[in-house]
Amino acid sequence: MMPPEPQVPLLRISALTKRFGGFIALDNVSVDIRPGERFGLIGPNGSGKTTLINCISGAFRTEAGTVVFRDEDITQLQPHMRTRRGIARSFQIPRPFKSMTVAENLMVALDFAAVTDELVSAAQRRDTMMSILTRMGLASKADVSATKLSQVELRKMELARAMATRPNLLISDEAMAGLSSSEVDEVLDLLMSLASQDITIIMIEHIMQAVMRFSDRVMCLDAGRIIAIGTPSEVMANQRVQEAYLGT
Amino acid sequence: MKRNGSFFWIGATVFLAAALLMTQIIGNQYPFFACYVILQFIVLAVAWSILGGYAGYVNFGTSAFFGVGVYTAVFLFKAFGAPLAAQIAAAAAVGALMGFALGLLTLRMQGIFFSIATIALTIVIETSITNWRYVGGAAGIQMQRPVVTEPFNNYVQMLFFVQALLVVLAVAISRYIQNSWIGRGLQALKDDELAAECTGVPTLRLKLLACVISGALMCAAGAPAAMYLQYADPSSAFNLNYSVSVLAMSLIGGTAHWAGPVVGAILLGTTQQLLTVTISSEVNVLVLGVMLVLFVVAAPEGVIGLIRRVRRNRNEGKA
Repeated sequence: MMPPEPQVPLLRISALTKRFGGFIALDNVSVDIRPGERFGLIGPNGSGKTTLINCISGAFRTEAGTVVFRDEDITQLQPHMRTRRGIARSFQIPRPFKSMTVAENLMVALDFAAVTDELVSAAQRRDTMMSILTRMGLASKADVSATKLSQVELRKMELARAMATRPNLLISDEAMAGLSSSEVDEVLDLLMSLASQDITIIMIEHIMQAVMRFSDRVMCLDAGRIIAIGTPSEVMANQRVQEAYLGT
Repeated sequence: MKRNGSFFWIGATVFLAAALLMTQIIGNQYPFFACYVILQFIVLAVAWSILGGYAGYVNFGTSAFFGVGVYTAVFLFKAFGAPLAAQIAAAAAVGALMGFALGLLTLRMQGIFFSIATIALTIVIETSITNWRYVGGAAGIQMQRPVVTEPFNNYVQMLFFVQALLVVLAVAISRYIQNSWIGRGLQALKDDELAAECTGVPTLRLKLLACVISGALMCAAGAPAAMYLQYADPSSAFNLNYSVSVLAMSLIGGTAHWAGPVVGAILLGTTQQLLTVTISSEVNVLVLGVMLVLFVVAAPEGVIGLIRRVRRNRNEGKA
């Protein structure tokens, strides 16, 4: 696959505004995500991080602004259409398909999202599924019910399911929340390895060391506005970020 | 999977052959009268669980679809003297359209709101039919059965066999859905609609498809009922009992597998027939309620769930 021109952003968010009644969750947010970028998204609770990714993945309709993905305006598209165009996400609170096994969870993605022109046999799809599970360290859990997984396994399964949709852009919404420090490293390494395979990643995270280690660029939201954007060290050094997020 | 497939079709053929044989050797009319009702409930329960079981959208509008099936047949017969096959085919088409319209209007609602909307649908349609003079209005309409076609020597026997055909059709469709990508998508959206959508499942389109198929089968099951009773009236054609019985049958049988509603319909349908004959037709409603309560408490996943649990325990015992 040829990487797109470096100047063309993979995802362009322009003047995005989202209101819930009188509450403005996102206020005129504009940002470009470059292809292949590891993009960190931080901000205090309620600053609009999850709202922003809900608007990118299509779970929410926006009041104003546009979302352009790979030169196509996807602002009006339903979530499944966006998934098929290459936007995948995990959820802050894992949302597995509970009546299914881990393997079946991935098969949903393979059946519906990873649509290709060539006909793929059931055996081939099973191979694809197993190779994703192996990469995520979940191969031994393939036939286990999704309800029987531990927290870290659930997080990994969400990422695996997202990967099975063959994304160009993967949005990880606090995939490390509530994990032990060794588990955080494990998930971070996974995300790093995905990023090295031409997948652009937006990572929402509260764990600062993880964000610092992972990101090429970091953006900080506060009360629905961008207060800083730049390299991790620039953003950390920013006065407003320290006030809003780290507390002074 | 392939071996399962041939087993299924052999089973279906044997079932149809047995039904046909029954019509040739049994002279007494009563078994056909009773079995027709059970077969009709199998079709309804299987159709119901395509939307209610696989997708988890609880439809209380079974009687609306059933009644529209009845009245499609009544209208076609009265207006054009249409043959039975045409009545059923037309009812299926009308049911599909109705399912599509209902789905478009209501499937964006979730849970209880969808269920309430389906009850409202029943009332609206029943009221409309009650005020439609041409098909008899509130007083109902008498139907004169036409001459029976060979090889059957009695109209009820023929209806019985036709309903058996519909059973095979409904079960084959339901089984296909369960084993295909459609079933996987419905199961995903039943578990979590947003997660399904974000995994690429076109949730609204799949729900609509389920609603259309389910509606078509329910209407088709209702079409022969007018000829069966030789009479149709709105309050019995749209009787809420159909909705409740079918829901109970599906839940008691179990909705996770296509065989669930079949088992449930046979179990409850037979019980109802026996009670109607031996005690009274009122008692069967009571028994239905008691059985539903028992199953909800003791086996919330129905007979199928119970069997699976026993099997799993046995396997764990072996390991």
